[in-house]
Amino acid sequence: MYETIYHRASSVDEAAALFAKGEEPKYLAGGHTLIPVMKQRLASPSDVIDLGKIKELIGVDATADALTIKAATPHCDVAQNSAAQKAIPAIAYLASLIGDPAVRHRGTIGGSLANNDPAADYPAAVLALGATIKTNKRTIAADDFFQGLFSTALEDGEIITAVSFPIPAKAGYAKFPHPASRFALTGVFVAKTKDGDVRVAATGASQSGVTRVGPIEAALKANWSAAALDSVQIPSAGLLSDIHGSADYRANLIKVMAQRAVTAAG
Amino acid sequence: MSTVKLTVNGKAVSVDVEDRTLLVHLLRENLNLTGTHVGCDTSQCGACVVHIDGRAVKSCTVLAGQAAGSNVTTIEGIAKGDELHPMQAAFRDNHGLQCGYCTPGMIMSAIDIVHRYGGELDETTVRHELEGNICRCTGYHNIVKAVLDAAGRMKVAQAAE
Repeated sequence: MYETIYHRASSVDEAAALFAKGEEPKYLAGGHTLIPVMKQRLASPSDVIDLGKIKELIGVDATADALTIKAATPHCDVAQNSAAQKAIPAIAYLASLIGDPAVRHRGTIGGSLANNDPAADYPAAVLALGATIKTNKRTIAADDFFQGLFSTALEDGEIITAVSFPIPAKAGYAKFPHPASRFALTGVFVAKTKDGDVRVAATGASQSGVTRVGPIEAALKANWSAAALDSVQIPSAGLLSDIHGSADYRANLIKVMAQRAVTAAG
Repeated sequence: MSTVKLTVNGKAVSVDVEDRTLLVHLLRENLNLTGTHVGCDTSQCGACVVHIDGRAVKSCTVLAGQAAGSNVTTIEGIAKGDELHPMQAAFRDNHGLQCGYCTPGMIMSAIDIVHRYGGELDETTVRHELEGNICRCTGYHNIVKAVLDAAGRMKVAQAAE
């Protein structure tokens, strides 16, 4: 790891001010992407600004309309949170599948979304549920937030403060994890909104990162059941193809994971 | 350089380290607590697991500065004098190790698992929860046996307290 200067911010405003002063600064949340990347010397920030201990960024809150997860809340605290389990059980379940227990003790939802790894879990939930990403400057709709591999609508220095998920009528998540890394070889989040709309998002599958899956949305809108997807064909064009799985394999995984997610959603 | 103040195995320590120092290196090189191992150095293998404020974490993926002000427990801090922690005793009695390289991390993760689940542990749960700890000697059969054995011992010990 190259040399860097570590700062621990005690508020969002202090973090933003430290960022503005840094030469090539980076925010640090749980650090479970940034620190490995720094160790590989693929990132060499002049300053790392730790957001992990900022109290206003930690916590889970549920109302009748929305589940709000503050950005520096670790995955384990979402998975075990009774309000989250009750409001959107699929979110608590998704959080329980990320990495391994030690990773879930450190990794955060804000870090996951800001990084936008094409195989991360949370982006699928955010996109399928049409969540709102709140930052220290504005709110961003999920449809506008994800902009391809490791790319988001966040401006330089902008800090995610919370993510607000509208409570759906039904939601489910199913993931085929890579057996070593636990990242999604393909993961699919299905959601039926309270006004009857259906949104489905897949992670780990597409060359352009998390993406909606039109054919599955259309089939589920007509008939919300796993069987309704039996005859759906997912085109493999634009899907990832690597040593872990071909594009055709992932196309099939999208369908199978969607069926399992619908079954889980009930 | 920064001065990092934290509590390690119940003792307050103050260490001057470069800001890029990882917690595992602070423990091993500055405090000579070499029971915590570096296996993969890529957050996969779990040989470096320690507890920060009671939670199992991979100390190769935490900057020393992030642990400032926290309570850190390492493998050296769990026995009571000459009396092994019930998890250590169970690993010995069940032959839960061969070369021993992964053992400190296994034990620290396993204690965390028992704390989170209490006595409600079964083999499937233990295997799932040990996903972040890799043993390359032989397999996990006796490790899982040891964790289940220790879960019973820790429950008895807790009831006695």
